Amino acid sequence: MEIAFKTQIPGGGFLIEERLPEEVFTPEDFTEQHRLIAETAEQFMRNEVLPRWEQIERQEPGLTPRLLRQAGELGLLSIDIPERYGGTEMDKVSSTIVVERFAQYASFLASHGAHSVIGTLPIVFFGNEEQKKKYLPRLATGELIAAYCLSEAEAGSDALSIRTRAVLSPDGKHYLLNGEKMWITNAGFADLFIVFAKVDGEKFSCFIVEKGFPGVATGAEEKKLGIKGSSTRTVILEDARVPAENLLGEVGRGHVVAFNILNVGRFRLAAGCIGGAKQALQHAAGYANQRRAFGKTIAQFGLIQEKLAEMATRIYAGECMIYRTAGLIDPLLAEAIPDSPAYGEQVRKAIEEYAVECSIDKVYCSEILDYVADECVQIYGGYGYHQDYPAERAYRDARINRIFEGTSEINRLLITGMLLKRAASGRLGLRAAIEGLFQGSPASGRSTEARSMEERSTEERNTEAASLLGTEKHLVAAVKKTALLVAGVAYQKFADSLADQQEITAAISDIVMEVFAMESALLRAGKMAARSGVQSSPQPIPDSGPQTVDDKTAHVLAMTRLFLHSRMDWVEQRARTVLAGAITGDALRRQLATLQQVTRREAVDTIALRRQIAARIIQKGKYAAG
Amino acid sequence: MKIMVCIKQVPAKDSTLRLTEDSTWIREQDLSYEINEPDAYALEEALRLKEKHGGEVVVCSVGPDRVQQVIREALAKGADRAIHLVADGGSRLDSYPAARLMAEAVRREGFDLICTGLQSDDLGFAQTGVVLAELLGLPHATIIMEVQAEDGRLKVKRELEGGWFQWVQMPLPALLTIQSGINKLRYATLKGIKQAKSKEIRRVIATELGLKAEELAGRQKLHRVYVPVKTKQTEFIDGSPKEAAAKLVEKLQRDARVL
Ligand SMILES: Cc1cc2nc3c(=O)[nH]c(=O)nc-3n(C[C@H](O)[C@H](O)[C@H](O)COP(=O)(O)OP(=O)(O)OC[C@H]3O[C@@H](n4cnc5c(N)ncnc54)[C@H](O)[C@@H]3O)c2cc1C
Repeated sequence: MEIAFKTQIPGGGFLIEERLPEEVFTPEDFTEQHRLIAETAEQFMRNEVLPRWEQIERQEPGLTPRLLRQAGELGLLSIDIPERYGGTEMDKVSSTIVVERFAQYASFLASHGAHSVIGTLPIVFFGNEEQKKKYLPRLATGELIAAYCLSEAEAGSDALSIRTRAVLSPDGKHYLLNGEKMWITNAGFADLFIVFAKVDGEKFSCFIVEKGFPGVATGAEEKKLGIKGSSTRTVILEDARVPAENLLGEVGRGHVVAFNILNVGRFRLAAGCIGGAKQALQHAAGYANQRRAFGKTIAQFGLIQEKLAEMATRIYAGECMIYRTAGLIDPLLAEAIPDSPAYGEQVRKAIEEYAVECSIDKVYCSEILDYVADECVQIYGGYGYHQDYPAERAYRDARINRIFEGTSEINRLLITGMLLKRAASGRLGLRAAIEGLFQGSPASGRSTEARSMEERSTEERNTEAASLLGTEKHLVAAVKKTALLVAGVAYQKFADSLADQQEITAAISDIVMEVFAMESALLRAGKMAARSGVQSSPQPIPDSGPQTVDDKTAHVLAMTRLFLHSRMDWVEQRARTVLAGAITGDALRRQLATLQQVTRREAVDTIALRRQIAARIIQKGKYAAG
Repeated sequence: MKIMVCIKQVPAKDSTLRLTEDSTWIREQDLSYEINEPDAYALEEALRLKEKHGGEVVVCSVGPDRVQQVIREALAKGADRAIHLVADGGSRLDSYPAARLMAEAVRREGFDLICTGLQSDDLGFAQTGVVLAELLGLPHATIIMEVQAEDGRLKVKRELEGGWFQWVQMPLPALLTIQSGINKLRYATLKGIKQAKSKEIRRVIATELGLKAEELAGRQKLHRVYVPVKTKQTEFIDGSPKEAAAKLVEKLQRDARVL
């Protein structure tokens, strides 16, 4: 099946538009080329990196840079660099695939990402021709290793408050930089620092700083909780002399560089989390299959199966989200012309369009990883608490993902914030959709939408249930309506001061994230089902899953069901929080009644679904839908 | 040097194998596939010879459309072009018909050297290369550990049993069946993967080669495949400790063959 994109899908559009399964990219759409890339990345990890993880963990000098250069020889550092500057120039699906494989060792993934994404992309997107020619070919091979220096001791989330200053010399030939950057990944061995500083203490700007420039130094290694194999140090700039031509972009426009790079970084981080979670699930499943207690393997216990199924199901949802996002970005990237001077700008725009999706993926997938790593420890029992077993490191390594590249809190605020901004600027028809939901009279009793749902004929419901995943389609429609309902109520109450109501904003974001997650899971399942030819089946699906489909499709259908039904409970809870936080009295009662009608659904046997899902995980000993 | 490498696509090693209803083969729809391991080493050896002596590496694979997967992989690693002999049930062909097809398809190419894997990981006949050499009238050598090419001649190291080796000199053109592990396999680079897209794959439809059906018919038939049943037997050895120990050692050596 071809991927048929309807012209361009607007960023955030998932909230208000309906999508068809064939419009989303899924892992089942990988090309032969994608599979070969996966194979190369997998073999590289298995043969070169994983056997040396203990040395890397101890930060053996020179090892990570050498492995990065080796990755560079294979083209694994330069997927996002145009061919004309020595890169391999491939799509986002390819880089997602590579990142998932590299995530088998989180410290190496962090070094790789700091170099090839946040360290390199500023030059790809914002560099001028000379800067690109000078640096990109060597960044592509790993001859130069890069780092991204935004954070400072007193400025993390609040990145615009950095104190590092840049002053142009009287002859205009160089800038003098002063300040100290904190938490800089790769600092221990980087050759090139992308440094953010304020020109004259005011104008936020970005510079390319070589390690060899006078006045550049790094501090000692930080003692971290996890990703101990990655280098994290301060970067100290004391009258650092940076040639004027190493200004990246324009003076006063550094925030554009900083934030756009983070969009890509967030997307990539999400892919890394899913790769890491798959690895943790594999450890957990393998251990559950061999650990015996009470005369059985622990995999035979319902409570362990429940965990394995839930881990797999959340990973599945995350996987659907990241590849769907890659599939959104790629058609726009394909329109960018590599040889044109506007290439960087075009690519940046393509990614900025989907900044909301990138933030959603980042928050959602980092929380999936944390959940999976935590349950992995639990399945290992006491051995999960011991350094000789992989669960312990997985658990520690997972934690950073909710902190860097924008904390979960900051990203939750951004998601709703960006959606409202897009709505205000007319790029997203959010207002119309909300008004459509209320039919012009928000506070006047039950919405027509809710009424119409209630009044759906029995016949209508029956046909819906009979069609494949019919109930689940209904759930996705319901979660979208819920999101619009709560956003509408909250906006009506707080209008432009909504941002000050952080708890409400974040709760709205939680529901918005579920919209994207649930719909992505459903669309992929629909696509797989269609391919195995069961969509037209007039028979209701038995609870054990359809008999005609292949094992993998049946597995995916079960996970989709479980995911949608169980997430809906959470959505309802978050919606109540928003409504009760925004309105009171009769208005609240009315909206709660609306919510109840919108989200009304039959209970499914999640216990049976989890057992069914777990059976395949146990049999395969790993995540079994990829 | 114009070199051909024969590569076969076989079920991946970590596949869960399940039998077909009639128990004559494994269920193919559950499988993922990969390049036959010794063939990967054959390809690597050919690429090294080309790097040293110049020339061309052509890969040839027999099978249904899915074998394009291993063909692309070989092209991504550096093979110059490919010949795909489209034949359904290619994986279940005996050595003879598979070799026969390849012989017909490449007879006029005039290869200096043909490398195949020593044997396939699925059927393990170790005959395809040898039969192909016969059909093309070429000298061959099997279980090759090392290849040296000089002045239009080959010097190759064969693996014999019990840790013995044999050096053989032979003329070109020739055919070699290559042993696993004799070199270090390269990775497909991302550039290579990209370039593979535009390399030529000549599709040859097996039925259009003008061979008679009986020439392609299998010479053997699989009557039944089955998963070995694991059994557990307990045997008590009696006698004095000394006698028992001696008997045990003998059993471990002769019957269990673990010593
Ligand atoms: C291992 C590691 C590697 C890193 N690598 C890099 C790197 O390579 N380059 C780089 O520039 N930086 C890097 N960082 C820095 C990282 O991006 C910051 O730590 C992160 O952005 C959080 O900033 P902070 O630590 O100052 O926390 P703060 O911003 O002080 O946040 C503290 C808490 O307050 C919350 N908070 C902050 N502001 C708000 C708000 N407005 N509303 C609600 N809650 C809020 C946060 O969510 C958090 O929970 C790295 C950090 C670590 C630990």
